[in-house]
Parts: sequence; structure tokens; C-alpha cells
Amino acid sequence: MARTRTATTAPERPREGSANPEAQTSQETPATQRRRAERARGSQPSMFGGLSGSRKNVLDLDDFSKEEIEHILQSADGMNEVLSRNVRKTPTLRGKTILTLFFENSTRTRVSFEQAGKVLGADVINVSASASSVAKGESLLNTVRTLEAMKIDVLVMRHPHSGAPYFVASKIDAAVVNAGDGTHAHPTQSLLDLYTMRRHLGDIAGKKVAIIGDLHFSRVARSDVWGLRKMGAEVRVCGPPTLLPYGLRPGTEKPDSAAFTGIKVVDRVEETLEGADVVMALRIQRERQDSGNLPDLREYSKLYGINADRLALANPGALLMHPGPMNEGIEISSEVAHGAQAVIEEQVSNGVAIRMAVLYLLCPRSATRD
Amino acid sequence: MTKPTAIVGGRVLDPVQGIDRLADVLLKDGIVEAITGAPGDVPDGYHVIDATGLVVAPGFIDVHTHLREPGFEHKETIATGTRAAAAGGFTTICAMPNTEPNQDNVSTVEFVLRTGREQGVVRVLAIGAVTLERAGKRLVEMAELADAGVIGFSDDGNPVADPNIMRQALTYSQVTGLPIINHCEEPSIAGAGQMQMGVIASHLGLTGVASEAETVMVERDIALAELTGGRLHVAHLSTRRAVEAVRRAKERGLHVTAEATPHHVSITESWVYGLGGAVPENGALSTAAYDTNTKVNPPLRTNDDVDAVVEGLAEGTIDLIATDHAPHAATDKECTYIEAAHGISNIETAFGSCMVPVHSGHLALEDLIERMTAAPARFLGPTAGDTELGSLKVGLPADVVVLDPSADWTVEPEAFFSKGKNTPLAGTTLKGLVVTTLYAGEVVHEAGARLD
Repeated sequence: MARTRTATTAPERPREGSANPEAQTSQETPATQRRRAERARGSQPSMFGGLSGSRKNVLDLDDFSKEEIEHILQSADGMNEVLSRNVRKTPTLRGKTILTLFFENSTRTRVSFEQAGKVLGADVINVSASASSVAKGESLLNTVRTLEAMKIDVLVMRHPHSGAPYFVASKIDAAVVNAGDGTHAHPTQSLLDLYTMRRHLGDIAGKKVAIIGDLHFSRVARSDVWGLRKMGAEVRVCGPPTLLPYGLRPGTEKPDSAAFTGIKVVDRVEETLEGADVVMALRIQRERQDSGNLPDLREYSKLYGINADRLALANPGALLMHPGPMNEGIEISSEVAHGAQAVIEEQVSNGVAIRMAVLYLLCPRSATRD
Repeated sequence: MTKPTAIVGGRVLDPVQGIDRLADVLLKDGIVEAITGAPGDVPDGYHVIDATGLVVAPGFIDVHTHLREPGFEHKETIATGTRAAAAGGFTTICAMPNTEPNQDNVSTVEFVLRTGREQGVVRVLAIGAVTLERAGKRLVEMAELADAGVIGFSDDGNPVADPNIMRQALTYSQVTGLPIINHCEEPSIAGAGQMQMGVIASHLGLTGVASEAETVMVERDIALAELTGGRLHVAHLSTRRAVEAVRRAKERGLHVTAEATPHHVSITESWVYGLGGAVPENGALSTAAYDTNTKVNPPLRTNDDVDAVVEGLAEGTIDLIATDHAPHAATDKECTYIEAAHGISNIETAFGSCMVPVHSGHLALEDLIERMTAAPARFLGPTAGDTELGSLKVGLPADVVVLDPSADWTVEPEAFFSKGKNTPLAGTTLKGLVVTTLYAGEVVHEAGARLD
């Protein structure tokens, strides 16, 4: 069957990350053309770099080029400089409205986006689903359309359902940033992980990154895998077979799938860690022992927990990372979690700079107009 | 009474009579008057439908249609569902019992049959529930429902999960001679899965349904059919292993039949990416991904499963095509993939979808017509519609479909007669068009024309 889109289907929006976004101009609605023109005006070079305005959404790193990731990491350097000033405020996004809409509890990610928006001078509105009309039964679509009607530039959303931000992005004009969707993706966490690695290790290409734990349910790991492969790192993963995604699990290997090419699955955690430049321990959720994925956390800790002995197998000076929140004593021992090799708190502070860079990327217009 | 009609010059395909020749079909007083030896002069006074270059066949029969009325009239009504069926070339459809109230009682069944007669543009038959409220606990009054006219029993949407209840159903239903139609999906394996388990589900972060959820229950039901001697019909068979299981059951001579849907013979799990079946380049998703219109039970399967289902259909292991037409309101699909309702509105695209394996050379057109006419008629038995169905024998109802197997057309959900616009095929070009549908001698659908 051949497929040709017709007028009866929803008009396609320009595909994000297109190598040549202008190529689609002929099919655009006037509103889209106006937006594009506005962005073109706003995207003159500034202290934060000049790529801004070329993409509408940040949903995952799968549609980012290496250059685009590099650009965000460089831009985050400038943002970190702003954060180190005495007066942490710039007028860059003055007059812009950023809305964080969280359908799941979150402290670090939501506060990080809020801080990022405020430092850049934007107005930030926080909505949590439990306190909103969602509790009254309003659909996700009506909720985001209602909020968009109040004029917002960027919607930062977290949702327990994989794909929710893709659905929303296909329905609204505001930029959408995925702050975590179900078990699918968490791109800004991946960007801050890459940024943290780069600050310590320099070029990420060729570096050996060991990811240990629940890769099946971890949206962080999934986005990290995209980001690390784009940057040329060597990714090894290790976890209980029940917590490896189909395609990586023993007996289901599909090395030709684009989602998993180039990932090395290692059976034993010790072998995974040998010679690693980065060790990333993933959060293990307690529910996994009730859902039959694990016998119990004790056995998990015994087989996969990162402790001093295991960390010693990695390269001297290897970074120890964790996306947080940690279960100390389970997937990571307290000793190493707060030890010299841990960069876990730095991950959190870098998160603000990265999210500033992402917000700037998506709504740069007022920077030059003011 | 309308004028007699002559459908002239077409290739007449009637598997029951073994007819495959160029001929004229004469219809008078709502019944088939004659099939001529060859195209020729039409008697005076006949309305002429020119079928030159087209195929003329008995109207299609669908033994698995969700009409949603009573209870879910915002998704479909018997009036809109039968109009959609006519557009799909169907002249007999069987209403599934997952209405509200359920078709687990005579008054609801009678309501569906009566509304079908009064408001339907094609014949509506009804299927009763297996258990009260389709809850899988207590059997319905099967004999009474059979007297009311149901053609089989199904808790479709829900499997009959408890093996003991399924055993009792297969045993007790023998007082009626009617089949137990089971939606075979073992709930403890399927869990909360949303699509076929595999790399694509992993990539999208969706929960997978293992094929074994189907296999395990099909094997269980075959064992129970063997134990009880009951009549088992496997709804919407979708996996290679289940096809193999049914093949073995038939070899052992059990009373087992099976159906396949138009989507399970034509499209695969990769359609969830929203790119018309393509896999995104380098794995990068677009906002078209998570196409909720692909969410269906059982899920869209792998290429290998589609091949196996088509093979099963070609060799007769799978007896017939049934649509599982499942219309939904826009709000049921304008949501996240996890929230979305299961089902595809497909009765208007069924023939075009089923032509995919025909055009690829894996299924003969003659066999496809057999699986949509003679085979479901055999399944229904000689008196289900108070008459024999599925053939153009002289004296049978003048239910006829005129088809253009090689015409291309683009699927436009907004043009559907069904209230359900939920199809992943929007914008897709299908090769195979229903040109005209006649029910009891009256034209109830003409391609490109609205006949209201």
C-alpha cells in the first residue's frame, strides 16, 4: 500500500530536526510561516550560540544530530556562566511564558525547569495534574488546549504514559519539551548527563560508559543511550534479564534495530565495569519485586549494586553517575554515592544550565527584539 | 417493488455454485432470477448496471461486527453501521454482544434484530454473550437466546478466561448447535499490554503483548473442544502459532473454525510508528508516532504472523474473513496510546485491505471471495437469516456486490458512513473497490455516491 496524505487528514507540521526545514515551506499554513519568519528574526548569533529556533520540540534525542547536541552543550557553558554570577538573571526570555505541566510527582526536574526559565527572565507557571481540571475528568487534549489558549510559548510536560508529549506536540502550536514520558524518554536528563561527562572527560567519543540496572522501565537510560551513541561513546549495559528491553534481552537480540544498534549487553556487572570511564547506576523501583521482575531488592543489590569493590574495576577516576532519586544501599552504596568519584549533585546543578539552553533553543525571539 | 435489475457483462463469481464466468445476473422481486450462460441481451424493463470489467459476487457476510447500539450510539448506530457495511460490500452482518445492556438477554437481542430490520440497510443478525454481563461467571440462557435468533455466543472484547466456564459453555451450547466464539487472549500473559511485544514496543516504551497470550488460549480452547465435542470458533486469529494450532485441530477432525480480520492480513506492528508502515529512518520518532488508530485487540502483529495468517486463509485453515469492525468516537482515540480504546473502523476498507495479499500473489481472488461469502454462510448454517445466504442461486435473496479488484482509491475517514473514523489507513491508497452493493435487489451503495 502506498500512502499519500490527503486534505482529510490533519495537516502535517514540519518534521522536527529536518535537515532542511525550509524545504517544506510550500505546505505550511500561514501561521507556521509566520512562526518560522519570527524565529528567523530571533535567531541571530548571541552569547548562547546561533542555532536557536530551528526546532519546535524536544521530545527525545533520537532526532538530534551530533552537531545539535554539541551546540546545546556549548550553550549550557554560557548558561552556567550566568548561573555563577552574583545576580542570576538575564532578560533573554523576558515576555515569554513557560508552563510546566506535570502529571507525575517530581522535585528535581520541575524545579530545574522553573529555575531555568526564571533565570532567563521568562514567566513560569507550574501546573500539577492533581490540582488541575484533570482531576475533574478533563482530557489531556482539552487540558493542553485550554492552557495554550492562555498564550504560552513552551510547554514542559511530564506524563506517566509513553508518547504523551508526541500526541500533545501534534495538537498544539507551542513548543513541547518532554520532561519524562512513561518508560520512553527523558531527553533533558540525557543532555545534562552528556554535559556532566564532557566537563570531566572532554570529548565523549570513544569513552566507555557502563549503564547498570533497569533498562526496561528507565526513560533516562533510553534517552542516554540515544545521546551517547550520537556522541560516539561505547555503551555497555548490564541488568537483570527481566529488566532489559525486548531487543536486548537474551534470546530477543535484534542488533539491526535502529533503537538498539551498537549497544553491548554484558552478563556480569564486573565485566561491564572493567575499564569503564563512566559508571551509571539506574534507580531500581521497589514495585519491580511485586510485578515479578525481581525476586527482591536484596538479590538485586547483591548482583548489580555498585559498591566500592565494583567501582574499583572501572578506570581510575571514572565518574559515578545516578539520575536520582537514589535508593542508597540498593543500586548504589552510600560510600560511593557520596565518594570522590560521584558527580551526582553536579548532575543536578548542570540540569539547570542544560534546561536553560533547551528553553533558549526553543524560544529565542525576544532576545534580539528587546 | 422496484424495477428488476440486470447486472451485465461482469465476471460472476459464486463459489457455492462453482460459477466463474462472464454472465449477466438478473434480479427480480428481491431475489435472484437468473444467471445467464453468457452476457447477452437484457430483457425490457430492467434497470441495467454495467459490470463490464468488474467482478459480480454474492454480498459479503461479516460474522463479527461491533454496531455499538444499544449503549454506545456516539460510536455507531445500527443505522450508520449497516450503511457503512453496505459501503464495504456487506449485505449480512452479525452484531457483537458487547453493547450496554449486553446481548446476554432476549430483550436486547430482539431490540438489535428489530432495529436492524427497521433501520438497517442490510441484514442484521445477532450474537449472544456466553456469560451474563460478559463477566465470565454464569452462562447465559443459551436455548432461549438461540430461539430469539442468535447465531453464536461470544464474550468478545473479553476472553472466556476461566477454563471451567469455557468447558461448560462448549458442552452446554450443544443444545443449540451454535458455536462458542472466543476472543483468545490469555489475560495473565497479555496483562496491560498495548501493542505487539517486540523491538518496536520497546523502542516506543509501550508494554508489549506476547503472541503467546493468543497461542496459549487457542491451544486451551482446542483441548476443551476435543474434550467436550463442542463447536469452537476462534475470533480474529492473528499469530503463526495459533494458525498452526488450528491446522492441527482440523487435521484431528475437531469442530473448530477460525476467522481473520482485514488488518491482520495486511498491516503490521510497524504501523504504530504512524508512517504508513514504514520504520523511521535511524529510529528517530516523529509526532506521528504512537498512532492510536493502530491500537487494536489482538494487536497488529509481525510480518511473519501476517504471512502465516494469509497462508492459513489461502489453504482454508482460517475459514473466513470477519472484520471486527470497531468504530469509536474521536475522543476515544485523541489521547495517549495507553488511554486509547481498542479497535479499527474497517468495514468500509475491508475489501481493499484483503486485496493486499491478493495483489501480492499470496491469495487467489476466488479464494478471498469464498472466504467472504460461501465460508461465512457455511458457518452461519442454512437458516440463520431464515434463508440460505452467501450465494447467487436462483431464488435466494438478491444480495450482490460489484467489485473492481484493480481500482485504486484513497482512504478518507471523513467520507466514511460509519461514525467511527478510527483507521490507521487514512491517506493510504488501497487497490480494490466496492463499486455497487445491492441488498434484496435494491442498490444500497454506489461508490462515490451518498444515497441517503
